[in-house]
Amino acid sequence: MEATVTHADTTEGRPFKASYGKMMIWFFIVSDALTFSGFLAAYGFSRFKFMDTWPIADEVFTHVPFMHGNPQPMIYVAFMTFVLIISSVTMVLAVDAGHKLKQNRVAWLMFATIIGGLIFVGSQAWEWSTFIRGEYGAVETKGGQILQFVDAETHKQVALSEFAVHLEDDFTGEGATTYSVAGVLKGFEEHGDLLVRTQKLTEDGHKTVLTRAESVAKLEGAKHVVEGANLIRNEYGSKLFGDFFFFITGFHGFHVFSGVILNIIIFANVIVGTYEKRKSYEMVEKVGLYWHFVDLVWVFVFTFFYLV
Amino acid sequence: MSGHAHHKETFITKYIFSQDHKMISKQFLITGLLMGVIGIGMSLLFRMQLAWPGESFKIFEVLLGKWAPEGVMDANIYLALVTIHGTIMVFFVLTQGLSGTFSNLLIPLQIGARDMASGFMNMLSYWMFFLSSIIMVSSLFIEAGPAAAGWTIYPPLSALAAAQPGSGLGMTLWLVSMAIFIASSLMGSLNYIVTVINLRTKGMTMTRLPLTIWALFITAVIGVVSFPVLLSAALLLIMDRSFGTSFFLSDIFIGGEVLHYQGGSPVLYEHLFWFLGHPEVYIVLLPALGITSEIIATNSRKPIFGYRAMILSILGIAFLSTIVWGHHMFVSGMNPFLGSVFTFTTLLIAIPSAVKAFNYITTIWKGNLQMNPAMLFSIGLVSTFITGGLTGIILGDSTLDINVHDTYFVVAHFHLVMGISSLYGMFAGIYHWYPKMFGRMLNKNLGYLHFWITAVAAYGVFFPMHFVGLAGVPRRYYDYTNFPLFDELQDTQVVITVFAIIAGFAQLIFLYNFFRSMFYGAPATQNPWKSNTLEWTTPVEHLHGNWPGAIPEVHRWAYDYSKLREDGEYIIPGQDFVPQTVPLIDGEEDSNH
Repeated sequence: MEATVTHADTTEGRPFKASYGKMMIWFFIVSDALTFSGFLAAYGFSRFKFMDTWPIADEVFTHVPFMHGNPQPMIYVAFMTFVLIISSVTMVLAVDAGHKLKQNRVAWLMFATIIGGLIFVGSQAWEWSTFIRGEYGAVETKGGQILQFVDAETHKQVALSEFAVHLEDDFTGEGATTYSVAGVLKGFEEHGDLLVRTQKLTEDGHKTVLTRAESVAKLEGAKHVVEGANLIRNEYGSKLFGDFFFFITGFHGFHVFSGVILNIIIFANVIVGTYEKRKSYEMVEKVGLYWHFVDLVWVFVFTFFYLV
Repeated sequence: MSGHAHHKETFITKYIFSQDHKMISKQFLITGLLMGVIGIGMSLLFRMQLAWPGESFKIFEVLLGKWAPEGVMDANIYLALVTIHGTIMVFFVLTQGLSGTFSNLLIPLQIGARDMASGFMNMLSYWMFFLSSIIMVSSLFIEAGPAAAGWTIYPPLSALAAAQPGSGLGMTLWLVSMAIFIASSLMGSLNYIVTVINLRTKGMTMTRLPLTIWALFITAVIGVVSFPVLLSAALLLIMDRSFGTSFFLSDIFIGGEVLHYQGGSPVLYEHLFWFLGHPEVYIVLLPALGITSEIIATNSRKPIFGYRAMILSILGIAFLSTIVWGHHMFVSGMNPFLGSVFTFTTLLIAIPSAVKAFNYITTIWKGNLQMNPAMLFSIGLVSTFITGGLTGIILGDSTLDINVHDTYFVVAHFHLVMGISSLYGMFAGIYHWYPKMFGRMLNKNLGYLHFWITAVAAYGVFFPMHFVGLAGVPRRYYDYTNFPLFDELQDTQVVITVFAIIAGFAQLIFLYNFFRSMFYGAPATQNPWKSNTLEWTTPVEHLHGNWPGAIPEVHRWAYDYSKLREDGEYIIPGQDFVPQTVPLIDGEEDSNH
């Protein structure tokens, strides 16, 4: 039924001078925020449980496009965050232009917001692909611990490709890794300057590096070669680290993606003049609320996954 | 149709994809009742197994087919029946069946709005509810049987498809159904909230709202706050089930094989689940309490006692309900200190609950009682609310709870305090507002019969159950014959089951009355219960937009019953009630201020 039937003679309501649609968006945001809170609380719960073995974000997220082999912690994600925040600024300006009924200006600013959103989603895809591909590789023990390899002198991580050996009888079926466990062990034996680094954090916040003898002993329990990350295991450390990274950034990315779609629909309506005829750009305001919310959630995700 | 029917209505837009809140309310009610028949029917089947374990029954063979070889119930289907009974009763009957029906019917009518804020979303909410009901029911018919991990679906039973037959496709369907259900509930709740906030008629301030509206409004708010957290839990569970993550799983062996899951914790799931699970109790209960407030005041011909205290107690319950979830987890290995914090917050809920119980009793006190079926069910609610609430004090205290945790004592407690109480509230609401919904009256005598049999049988079921629980009988067991300790309780189990069957069949009286009166009931009068609220100013014949002319203005609260002038005469001479639309007369004080 048309909205006009229902609201014409209502006067007592509207305590916040907001239309019902805007209020619904607000309550939807409350609800969605609680879904995210559920996830972030679960993340905190799990991370707290593995506080002394959790991967160090600065060592995981070091990649920047076109700068391979030159680790730059946090630079790329800072760029992504900056783009998303700027897109929120253009959104605010679009809403403001909407209040003044400036159709052209709204259209341009919405366009800029959409571009910002697309850059963010694209960046996230790149971030995921480097995370999935991995850089160094590691082995997993029977007990599920991740063992990484470091240079004995510099304590810098060494990739499997730099020392592991291809063996004749390497497994080549589906899900096979580049090297077998035996190949990695053989390579390790041949390179006396390598040590094993465990997940365990030392008191000053670095990972424990074992002595050569301890390393050899520890490697006896090696069971899988891990290259990159998937939902089952990852080379960075705790399984839950990868699980939560994929799930929460994925869920947030899905929100951004939906937001971009909504923005495109509203953008099209702005261009054809739907809101100009209506003399109200409230729809821009509504998608704006959602967009800011998604932006705000990212600030939390960013903080919990990258900063602390 | 007149007034606002400026478009043609076909059969489909009027009865199926209707956007009129009154039709949607009826759709919710009838779907909820059908789900109720399934849910209650299931409980009778597993009650028979408990009373006569291993006995062969023809009815098992007919209804359960391959799950009851030679008429003996299989253990897997027993667990599945318990699971689906819980799910259907809690979510499908008492959440959407109750809130969906009465929020839709009463919010626009009692606040003076032409419809919900968004009729379209309202329609969508119903149809998603319908879809989720179909999926839930369809899981009964698949090869491996429906979900069987209990209505709380704790992992690992719910997370590993290989754990038991009911962990496979049945569990997947359960999760899909609940995800759609959550979306449906969210859309409904958003609509209820903004309608109450934005669309009240002139003069209808928040402190003149009938208590039904307050209860339904706060219920919707609780839903918006707690269901999304269940969604979080369900999504993480789906990841664990289908994509190999380890959120809730760690160190699992199946058939001697080590699975790769590592690091997760089922206790995390319990926290997320009960963050919804406890508020859910109040999502189920508050609408019933709201309905009761209205019916008790009307039928006592007295103003509700402590109107503002009632509102505050609703708000208090809503707030407290979100910080007590740990009392479901006293034996989960949670830190005992945390347990004592949750004990404290849980026992605080006794305060607003007691306020409500006292206010009902003081409202009835010295009233001019009209004992119609709606009133009887409301008083029944007060009774079961108190009985069930008292055992809540025992269960809320961690030191006492540990002794009876997961026994039939708990089952008896929550069935009385939220199951039976809410069902009574729902019945009271149906008896009271049936004339508004269907334009006809329900048969009163069948109503009395329905109430008295139900009331006696329900206590017959749940009162002895406390003693079974105190004796230590754990819940969710298929068969106790291996425990000689429980042999002497077998007679009690038989008594419980016999009463359950009586209670179940008593509902047929109600269903007969409900469907028969739809066509043959006495035509409803304009204001059959002499009530003050706005819904009785709309015409008996439904029309879209509710009022043929302008929406009436409100001048007073909803509870001016038996109000006297200074000269001792009623405000409106010869009439002991003053509808909200009547302006204050000279020298009259607004009762609510």
